Amino acid sequence: MYAQLVKSEASAEDPIRLAEFQARIDRGEKIEPKDWMPAGYRKTLIRQIGQHAHSEIVGQLPEGNWITRAPTLERKANLLAKVQDEAGHGLYLYCAAETLGVSRDELFEMLHNGKMKYSSIFNYPTLTWADMGAVGWLVDGAAIMNQVPLQRTSYGPYARAMVRICKEESFHQRQGYHLLLHMMKGSEAQQRMCQDALNRMWFPALMMFGPSDKDSVHSAQSMAWKIKMNTNDELRQKFVDETVRQAEFLGLQIPDDALRWNESTGHYDFSEPDWDEFHDVISGNGPCNHERLEARKSAWNDGAWVREARMAHAMKNSERRLAAAE
Amino acid sequence: MAEDTSSPAAGNEWPLWEIFIRGQHGMSHRHVGSLHATDAEHAIKNARDVYTRRNEGVSIWVVPASQVSASSPSDKGPMFDPARDKVYRHPTFYELPDEAGKM
Repeated sequence: MYAQLVKSEASAEDPIRLAEFQARIDRGEKIEPKDWMPAGYRKTLIRQIGQHAHSEIVGQLPEGNWITRAPTLERKANLLAKVQDEAGHGLYLYCAAETLGVSRDELFEMLHNGKMKYSSIFNYPTLTWADMGAVGWLVDGAAIMNQVPLQRTSYGPYARAMVRICKEESFHQRQGYHLLLHMMKGSEAQQRMCQDALNRMWFPALMMFGPSDKDSVHSAQSMAWKIKMNTNDELRQKFVDETVRQAEFLGLQIPDDALRWNESTGHYDFSEPDWDEFHDVISGNGPCNHERLEARKSAWNDGAWVREARMAHAMKNSERRLAAAE
Repeated sequence: MAEDTSSPAAGNEWPLWEIFIRGQHGMSHRHVGSLHATDAEHAIKNARDVYTRRNEGVSIWVVPASQVSASSPSDKGPMFDPARDKVYRHPTFYELPDEAGKM
């Protein structure tokens, strides 16, 4: 998902304290910033919330790419609002991570030097306008699958950020689907463009949920801590089950010959994504990794003078006020 | 709240502000989250963009996070337990006959 391959840390603390902590979580209590928590819980959460925040911020880039080329003023306003929301979601999450004792600058630093990751999905290019539809429909759709249960996560600030995000995210998916619905009523070339977008986006969207459960080594501890609410495969299955129907309604073909309804399980069978590709993309070798990270770094570096100037201005005003009060 | 009592923090990072929003007229301000800004005016502008994109508020308070004093989790017992056994502070403690009418 937005948090893929988040390494979970075991904790070597007093077993009694650990048991008490686990009991609080099992009772459904929320853990708040000043409460005692195992070091591993804190570390894993910083990693997960940080990765989630970075994904929101880097996730602005593939769509930002199309704002100036939106076909109508209305679509442009829609896309602009969505991309602005992603910035907001990143900010809610950074704040949640900061309550765990990591600073905003440290988080940026770890994104820029590659110590922290963001979702693999944003390392794929957005080649046509139809991709704006596919991103909203599939990428935000997959994000919602993951984020809705995270509203019940054990860490208070993270859960509250998720509630806000979920309230806003539904519009993201709907505007994407709406866009595709309209394009599918257009020319044959437009319809082909939609199909092409789905063909390219389908497996990368499935990868968003992270590796298959049998290869997912970090799940058990995170699930006990209620940092992770469902397994990767559960969420992926849920996503496929919902999306197939939506694709049919659009008149689009899911690019998977093995996809079929399984009467006995009550779910769709489908092909797994290429996990080698996934590991390749998440470790830095996807089609756009370099471009995305460079864009973030130059935004940060080119903005340095603005941050400094604002600070200097605030200092000057504060000194003036003090002088006036004397 | 309009008066900025904080001095900008040293270091590179903009200070952290806690944001409170009045959702609608007649309601109290409620904590919604935090953000970084250089001063109070900047914090209010940022809060507008970060926390009221969908008409969620009619008024914003910003408070430097460093100025918030909080009770400690370890004091939870001594702080709040004494109120637990004072059930007579609630109207339901007093059973009155129905004949007395609605009260």
